Amino acid sequence: MTKNNSLNVTDILKAYGILIAFVMVVIIMGILSPSFLRWANIFNVVRQSSIIGIMAVGVTFVILTGGIDLSVGSILSVAGMFAAGTLQNGGSAVLAVIVGLAVGIACGLFNGILVTLGRITPFVVTLGMMSIARGITLIYSNGYPISGFEPAFRFIGGGAILGMPFPIIVFIASVAIASFVLKYTRLGRYTYAIGGNEETVKLSGINTNFYKAAVYVISGAMAGVSALILTSRLNSAGPTAGLTYELDVIASVVIGGTSLNGGRGSVWGTLVGALLIAIINNGMNLLGISPYFQQLVKGIIIISAVLIDRLREQ
Amino acid sequence: MSSLLTMSGITKYFPGVQALKDVDFELKRGEVHALIGENGAGKSTLMKVLSGVHQADSGEIRLRGEAVVPDGPRSMLDAGVSVIYQELNLIPYLSLAENVFLGKEPLTGAGLVDWGRMNRDFEELLAPFEIELNPSSLVRSIGPAYQQVVEIVKALSAKSEILVMDEPTAPLTGNEVEHLFQIIRQLRDSGVSIIYISHRLEEIWKVANRVTVLRDGQHISTKPIAELTIPAIIRDMVGHELTEQYPTATIEQGNEAFRVEGLTRQGLCDDVSFSVRKGEILGFAGLVGAGRTEIMELIFGRRKKDAGRFFREGVEVQIRSTSDAVRNGIALIPEERKRQGLVLGLSVFDNAALAILDRFSRFGILGVSRLSKVIDKIITDIGVKTPSSRQLVRNLSGGNQQKVVLAKWFIRHSDIYIFDEPTRGIDVGAKVEIYRLMQNLAQRGAAIIMVSSELPEVMNMSDRLLVVHRGRIAGEFMRGEADEEEIMRHAFGVAASAS
Repeated sequence: MTKNNSLNVTDILKAYGILIAFVMVVIIMGILSPSFLRWANIFNVVRQSSIIGIMAVGVTFVILTGGIDLSVGSILSVAGMFAAGTLQNGGSAVLAVIVGLAVGIACGLFNGILVTLGRITPFVVTLGMMSIARGITLIYSNGYPISGFEPAFRFIGGGAILGMPFPIIVFIASVAIASFVLKYTRLGRYTYAIGGNEETVKLSGINTNFYKAAVYVISGAMAGVSALILTSRLNSAGPTAGLTYELDVIASVVIGGTSLNGGRGSVWGTLVGALLIAIINNGMNLLGISPYFQQLVKGIIIISAVLIDRLREQ
Repeated sequence: MSSLLTMSGITKYFPGVQALKDVDFELKRGEVHALIGENGAGKSTLMKVLSGVHQADSGEIRLRGEAVVPDGPRSMLDAGVSVIYQELNLIPYLSLAENVFLGKEPLTGAGLVDWGRMNRDFEELLAPFEIELNPSSLVRSIGPAYQQVVEIVKALSAKSEILVMDEPTAPLTGNEVEHLFQIIRQLRDSGVSIIYISHRLEEIWKVANRVTVLRDGQHISTKPIAELTIPAIIRDMVGHELTEQYPTATIEQGNEAFRVEGLTRQGLCDDVSFSVRKGEILGFAGLVGAGRTEIMELIFGRRKKDAGRFFREGVEVQIRSTSDAVRNGIALIPEERKRQGLVLGLSVFDNAALAILDRFSRFGILGVSRLSKVIDKIITDIGVKTPSSRQLVRNLSGGNQQKVVLAKWFIRHSDIYIFDEPTRGIDVGAKVEIYRLMQNLAQRGAAIIMVSSELPEVMNMSDRLLVVHRGRIAGEFMRGEADEEEIMRHAFGVAASAS
């Protein structure tokens, strides 16, 4: 019994460790900078984190299976560019949304097929996709941004429902839906099981290739969602949009406690991870600390989060 | 000849098992000493104690008359003991010479690797064997026979006086085997002592001076080869009485449940045909590596077959993937429970539910409460001892883990069960429970295929027994038709010469 109790304590620490760190950062920032805890600033932080956060929700699925997706930043740029192109050519906002999502899904499907049927490691496939998607963006746009969209499209990034900014609604909804899917659907349960032991899942008569491909499609689709929000909010799709975003995305997932070996983690952790990165950037801006330090601090947090996780495991 | 190594009173416990009981072993200078025993007799454990991988719980090791306490593999390597494992431990993308001198590369004055000297040293060590090998070839570019030679050269470079060879001829062809024997004799004559482990009894006469037989972790006999015959060795190997408890039940057998015809996969199995009836327990005996597991994986769609047909209740079925097998009512309880049967980081519930989520979901969404009820009932029925179904399977005992694997298939109502080494690493009490569960299944009309390397187990549990030798079915016996010696002769492929 005593063994069980101590196990529960470590479980709690494991589940809430990052949350405790998060709350502490919020309190410290609140004390140091009075404007930090104003509603306007809080909305600002969450909205900033939503672009990275939504992509991170998708990438959480991939990492839970033991894979990785380096291509989400580039998928964002190509999906945003095609959505913008649709609007420029007289397409409606609805059509632009469909095109943006479809491009994201197509890129994800390409990743998924190469990882499963092509038997190429996810790192290599998505590294290739990162370059391919960026290349298509540059070719399609000829290096120039596409700007100036109709109001209906601009609602996605700039609008609000009952005072709540729309990107935040999308972000929270993504986390909630993903959390449900991971817990209560076959896809979700197999995602964890494949990351834990793919051979066992295969020997249980499950078509693992289907589910492995599916997580890359989800990741691509979520990058498409982020693309629409970013393009709408900036009122412009640029060829360098989303550059190096994949690093912040993976950092959010990792800080959130999802193991890069797969099989362990949660999308709520990813939510906290994405918020933490945004808060630290925002807080340091408010405190007037040089942006050069933000990079340094973010790096320290990534490594600390994983290090603490390791120490707890022993 | 004087004594180079003596191991006396070696005892080793593993959780739930006593692997070695007061074993004595002696190796003389310049002899080849064969170490023989059934699967699980303790040969590997004894060699791991010698090489420092395992620490003996009691007993003494004397090397050149002095007592040594192995402190990890490195210490015994330094003391002159080299082990060549069955799965060779070479690094495929390094050169032959680099592999031999790994960790002790000759350096130039500037601290760089002295390639010229390394390659010359390699050739010098290789010279006595009259084999042409380019020291800068990559390991992966040469065949298993030459890799074996590189391992031997590596041992010589460490100035080893004792060489342990575990099944060295397993991957070799006829000519290569002869060549290896020549090398072994050459080594022996140059003063190296060799401990030779093999399942191919007839080989022993070609190289060994003495033979030691182990059984159930105990030393049974040590005799000069001249005083031995194959039947005498086999008698020493299997001569134990049946002490374990096997439940007995008379089960009515029904119609044919499953039939395999002409199953072939190059290098794994050749023209394997058999059928199993409802209510029958069909055993597969044979040596480790004879191809039994591979046959089961072919049936279960985990490996691709070259040829062969499957019939379920007389109707031909296609099995191209594990999903096909499961759809046709086949269940696999795999050999390596932790690597193939379970997701250790998930709960009892998640593991038990793994194969049946499709039946409990609508549009992909699970009916969790209905599933919970079913799983809780099965867990109670099977008798999995766990505080709750939320417990991680990692924390359960081997026997309870195996029951979780079984639960997975019980819920699915599979009716053709393949048990591959179902009681490996499970303590005696839990074994009996697993046997009962198998019989209950048979009683309910399921067909059971049981692969086991423990002869008493497979003989007592099976209504009918097939013996596999090098990927072929070498013998078929009804219950009680053959004794252990007869079965071992078929497993060793010496049935003809011994009869």
